[in-house]
Amino acid sequence: MTPEQLETIYEALATQLDAIPQPQRELFLAKLVLLQAHEAADPDTTLRHIAEAERDLDD
Amino acid sequence: MRPDGRGETESLYFDYPHFEPPSDRAGLTRRARVAIVGAGPVGMTAALALAKEGIASVLFDAKASFNDGSRAICVARQSFYILDRIGAVAPFLEKALGWTTGRSFYRGRQILEFDMPESPREKYRPMYNIQQQFIEQYLWETIEREPLIEARWQSEVTGIEDTSDGVTLTVRDPKGGYDMAADWVLAADGARSPTRKMRGLRLKGENYEGRYVIADVQMNHDYPTIRRALFDPDCRRGGTVLVHKQPDNIWRIDYQLRDDESTETAMAEGEVRRSVTAVLSDLGHDGAWELEWWSVYSANTLALDDYRDGRVFFIGDSAHIVPIFGVRGLNNGLADAQNIAWKLARVIAGRAPEGLLDSYTPERRGATLDVFANASKSARFMTPPTEGWRLMRDAALSLALTHPFAGELANPRQMTPYTYADSPIVLPDESGFEGGPVPGAALPEARVGDGFLSDLLGPGFNLLTFDPELEGLAKDDLTIVVLQAKTEAESALGTGPGVTYLVRPDGHVAARWREASPEAVRAALHRSIGGDEP
Repeated sequence: MTPEQLETIYEALATQLDAIPQPQRELFLAKLVLLQAHEAADPDTTLRHIAEAERDLDD
Repeated sequence: MRPDGRGETESLYFDYPHFEPPSDRAGLTRRARVAIVGAGPVGMTAALALAKEGIASVLFDAKASFNDGSRAICVARQSFYILDRIGAVAPFLEKALGWTTGRSFYRGRQILEFDMPESPREKYRPMYNIQQQFIEQYLWETIEREPLIEARWQSEVTGIEDTSDGVTLTVRDPKGGYDMAADWVLAADGARSPTRKMRGLRLKGENYEGRYVIADVQMNHDYPTIRRALFDPDCRRGGTVLVHKQPDNIWRIDYQLRDDESTETAMAEGEVRRSVTAVLSDLGHDGAWELEWWSVYSANTLALDDYRDGRVFFIGDSAHIVPIFGVRGLNNGLADAQNIAWKLARVIAGRAPEGLLDSYTPERRGATLDVFANASKSARFMTPPTEGWRLMRDAALSLALTHPFAGELANPRQMTPYTYADSPIVLPDESGFEGGPVPGAALPEARVGDGFLSDLLGPGFNLLTFDPELEGLAKDDLTIVVLQAKTEAESALGTGPGVTYLVRPDGHVAARWREASPEAVRAALHRSIGGDEP
């Protein structure tokens, strides 16, 4: 993935999150992760990502 | 519970019998080989399984009739084999509604349809729905024809004391009280087992806080026998509703209570009627219906550490309470009854060492823990215990509306018979088998001639073999079944001229060989009845 492509994803996510009312944002993100994980079909990597994303949340 | 004005056993479709306490008082104190406390489905099955082995028993129940209400309604294929072996299956086949399909809905839209495995190779359907009253009635009718079982109704066991060679039970009935000695006791007295309390034992494990009301209604409702699960439906926002069809136009509606709903309020008749009306409206049923019976249960995972306490064995709910979602409560109880019956019968008859009984707990408690693992998964989906679980559950359901893969997360893990792989009386597997059941697993079914593989089995141990040379091994308690190559039996068991399986009286594989010598078969048989390892 090129930096430009990543930027496109980043912008699409930010825009989408703004369009979703706060109570549903968590649900949206959880759905997105399930969909991505299923598509990637690489459970080990997904599990590693779950652990990595949890780091430094309170900084 | 029943609607106002109807007694506990006043049903719309079932005539409850009334049983008197024993009138002939002369033989009440006679010592019994086996005393069974509790004449529900599990206790009655144990009595019948013992009788099949030639062992007499005395069966006690404190009530004057069968259990109120339909309670456990899903009877699995494996249980039909047990009913078959104890000579009780015919009326079940006539009455019960077989089914294979489940459908799950999220906010009124179908997200999943699953089918339990079924094939022409199978003698029985994967699952049957039938009310517990009928289960008890049919077992009772079989018991009435069985001279080896003495049933005593309205007879409460109020005490149980160990003696040097057995136990002494203290029994109370409306006509008086008496003590009776027994060699062995099977405690089949249910989830709140008084026997368990008298022995000072406690169930242990996790508690799921999910509470469900189960309500039966009678109505003409045009829908096949398909289990429906409604997630987050209009009638119960945030909750889960299950719907099952039962014989006699009875429909079971299970719905989850919210944390802020008190059990007492939810159980009031008016509230049950309101809830049922809302569910039926969601199902699109606008016809008449009558309320038959309702009850409440909690989804728990609790079990005894040891299913044996001296000469007392715990079978069924007295030993384990499982969440309902795996439909394993009753089915596991019946398997407990069968498991202890064939072992105890052989010990009592002097055909097996007492050590055989030590295999009961590891085998059956193992089955319970297996249920816990599966049912806990289902329970967490049906009744998410925390915010995190709820969020992921909702995400899966929401995604399932457009992506079927996510709907599979809602698939209840279906009941397959437990494999006794770690049992002390099951032999290690041989290498070189492609397919076929491993030692400890239940024997699969196959069509043989005009019937089924299971029809060929004798009452005790069976040796299934493609090697006619082994026919000479037949003896008391061992039937030799010689099978033909190039048949369904071969594809179920594995290919090879010497392929041989030793099958226990409960239909589980004890050992298997690519090539079996008579010595190996004898040694395996010895080990299967609790004999020492050579």
